[in-house]
Amino acid sequence: MSYTEFLAEYGPRFLDGLQVTAIQFLLAAVLAVMVSLVMGLGKLSSNPALRWPAVAYIEFFRGSSLLVQLFLLFYVLPLFGLTFDKYVTGFLALGLNLGAYGAELVRGGIQAVPRGQWEAAYSLSMSPAKRMWRIILPQALLNMLPPWGNLIIELLKGTALVALIAVPDLMFEARQINGSTFLSAQSFGTALIMYFVFARFIVTPFMRWLERFMTRKLGRA
Amino acid sequence: MEDLSQYPLELPESDKPMVRFQNVTKRYGALTVLDDLNLDIAEGEMVSIIGPSGSGKTTVLRMLMLERIQGGVIYVDGKPLTHMQQRGRLVQASEKYLRQAREPVGMCFQHFNLFPHMTALQNCMEGPVQVLGMSKKNARERSEELLELVGLIDKKDQHPSRLSGGQQQRVAIARALAMRPKVLLLDEVTSALDPEVIGEVTEVIKGLVSAHNLTIMMVTHQMGFAREISDRVCFFFGGKIEEQGAPADLFDNPQRERTQQFLSAVKSAD
Ligand SMILES: Nc1ncnc2c1ncn2[C@@H]1O[C@H](COP(=O)(O)OP(=O)(O)OP(=O)(O)O)[C@@H](O)[C@H]1O
Ligand SMILES: [Mg+2]
Repeated sequence: MSYTEFLAEYGPRFLDGLQVTAIQFLLAAVLAVMVSLVMGLGKLSSNPALRWPAVAYIEFFRGSSLLVQLFLLFYVLPLFGLTFDKYVTGFLALGLNLGAYGAELVRGGIQAVPRGQWEAAYSLSMSPAKRMWRIILPQALLNMLPPWGNLIIELLKGTALVALIAVPDLMFEARQINGSTFLSAQSFGTALIMYFVFARFIVTPFMRWLERFMTRKLGRA
Repeated sequence: MEDLSQYPLELPESDKPMVRFQNVTKRYGALTVLDDLNLDIAEGEMVSIIGPSGSGKTTVLRMLMLERIQGGVIYVDGKPLTHMQQRGRLVQASEKYLRQAREPVGMCFQHFNLFPHMTALQNCMEGPVQVLGMSKKNARERSEELLELVGLIDKKDQHPSRLSGGQQQRVAIARALAMRPKVLLLDEVTSALDPEVIGEVTEVIKGLVSAHNLTIMMVTHQMGFAREISDRVCFFFGGKIEEQGAPADLFDNPQRERTQQFLSAVKSAD
């Protein structure tokens, strides 16, 4: 079978897989952003009742492997009566895990905002919430966009693990096709190229654009 | 614990300076930066604070705006700032009380600290809209007036990164004034500026002194400027007021040896 024939035969399945990967990626990314904001702010809180849960969360999700967390959600939670659909489990595990890394970026980004900005906001008698949302976070966002670019690529790569709980993503399809055709080079080679193209020509340019957009919007251009 | 009952809950009309530091002590850990400070500043008075580096000048201003104190009470406009009333007694102010008590105080910083993600106009409107709850329209009018006053109305839509240091500092002054403060704190507002633009900021400050009934506390290293515009000059040394008086007296006829030494050292550096 030539590679053209291979693609003609299996191309649509790769594309279906890619679509699932893209959706898992997007949902997980949204979840990760929300989790990182909550946990990053929590870790910076002066209130121990907010800080300690955030610290524990971050330590737990960064300190153990994503694969184990995925299996834990999928196989162990049902034992306690908590069952999620495999699609939900997939992006949930990814988002929760990457959110813990994102939380550290949020914390770092906030701490990198100069002390004088807090003091200026305080000297206008702004409430703590307004200081954070209107003055500090917009600047922190700009500080943390470059490292977020890396984290998002990690997230994309991490989506391949959801194949292990039978979510029919790109990796899952590649393994299936490999299993039935034994054309490993074609199967995994195609998947590899699709991951690469997705990362390099969609995700990275988007993050660059976002950075430029935010820089312009925040008047640092 | 300090006995707070010696301090009045409010200052009487007959003895009500705009700012009163009464027996104020400020410590950072074991380091006592200001020790038992007593200082009254009258309404509309322009007081300059001078002294060697580390003598506590900045700390005096920061206690009004940003720091808690470890002893004594500070009053602003007759009301306690650092403490609040509870069942007829003074207790440590809560964060919220402190923030509200500081509303009549405005501050400008050595490094301007403008919000980089907002234009000059937005910087000025932020406090009135977000804190005073003013409508955008009114806040804009007020801010444009103030930018006019500091001579920057044509730069109102520029972000701080597009402004020179002198321009940024003038926007910062407008931003502070937009809150209609009764007391304005200026901490070395010209120290980070190139010599050729210092004048544009000092001109603005001079305008404030003559036109508004604003009480100003200004920390400065510019002796000539302090002398020209102050009603009173306080010389700080080692966390205490070593000497204070009218500018002509203090600069021409300093009584204390440390004041004399300091002034002659500054003079020879100029
Ligand atoms: N946050 C802080 N933590 C510990 N020590 C501090 C802090 N801020 C100020 N100090 C100390 O307090 C003393 C007075 O500082 P302050 O900034 O008031 O001096 P200053 O008179 O404004 O000096 P300069 O002319 O250099 O600005 C100094 O010894 C300084 O090291
Ligand atoms: Mg200082």
